[in-house]
Amino acid sequence: MATIQKVNEQAGSTDELALVESAKAGDISAFEELVRRYDRNVFRIAQHITQNREDAEDVVQDAFLKAYGNLAQFQGQSKFYTWLVRIAVNEALMKLRRRRPERTVSLDQDVETDEDSIPREVADWSPNPEQQYSQAELRDILQKTIQGLPSGFRTVFVLRDVEGLSTEETAEALGLSIPAVKSRLLRARLQLRERLSKYFKRRNGDAK
Amino acid sequence: MNCSDFLKELTDYLDGAIDARTKAELDEHLAWCHNCFVVCNTTKMTIEIYRDSELYELPDDLRTKLRSAIVTKCQQSHADTSAKDQAITDKKA
Repeated sequence: MATIQKVNEQAGSTDELALVESAKAGDISAFEELVRRYDRNVFRIAQHITQNREDAEDVVQDAFLKAYGNLAQFQGQSKFYTWLVRIAVNEALMKLRRRRPERTVSLDQDVETDEDSIPREVADWSPNPEQQYSQAELRDILQKTIQGLPSGFRTVFVLRDVEGLSTEETAEALGLSIPAVKSRLLRARLQLRERLSKYFKRRNGDAK
Repeated sequence: MNCSDFLKELTDYLDGAIDARTKAELDEHLAWCHNCFVVCNTTKMTIEIYRDSELYELPDDLRTKLRSAIVTKCQQSHADTSAKDQAITDKKA
């Protein structure tokens, strides 16, 4: 299974490089295919960072246009997607800075937070905690919870755990060191877990 | 290994990014430390719940609209660049 996956990944990346080369040579339909592959991912990342739907839509357009305008700079040392995510994250942060100029928004500063990451809530969760809520309630809980994280933690968590980038790819996309990505990921995961425990912990009477 | 050592390794443990010896030490800690077992298990569930959630999905109609706007702008910028290149070639000639 793992071998098949690897082969598919390799085939996918060869095919992707061919699309990038065609787009560089002026084939807009090749670039359109790249947009089709990654527009949903870019939208999700942008929405997580900006927390605003209109801004996220703008980021999708701006990031792809910037990528198109700078295709010649893409040398293929990293995956096209990682390169695109880096552009999208920068566009999203610029939007955020414009919207909240009073607060400096940066991912490369170490994020200080009052909430430490030592677990306080150690009650176990129900076996299928998400089934305790309707889809709309669950979405609301998950959105509220992740929005409460500092943006530096949130972005690392989204790239690693939601979008599935590797630690190395996340470091490259965010311009962070690998230890910084790992440390933020751990703190993000623990803080989300702590906050979700309030909703998902096992209640008296839950089946074991 | 104590609980604080365990927490430091939790991310690599969940990602399967540790060597066999460290993994064995962590497994041994988990076997007797209920609190770390719960933290480990619920952190794993946290990741899975977010991974499976579709929090911000792009509706198809908006997707089509955005893609068409991107392609139109790319075509314009391509046409502008080609026109500039042509002007430079004409000038040189």
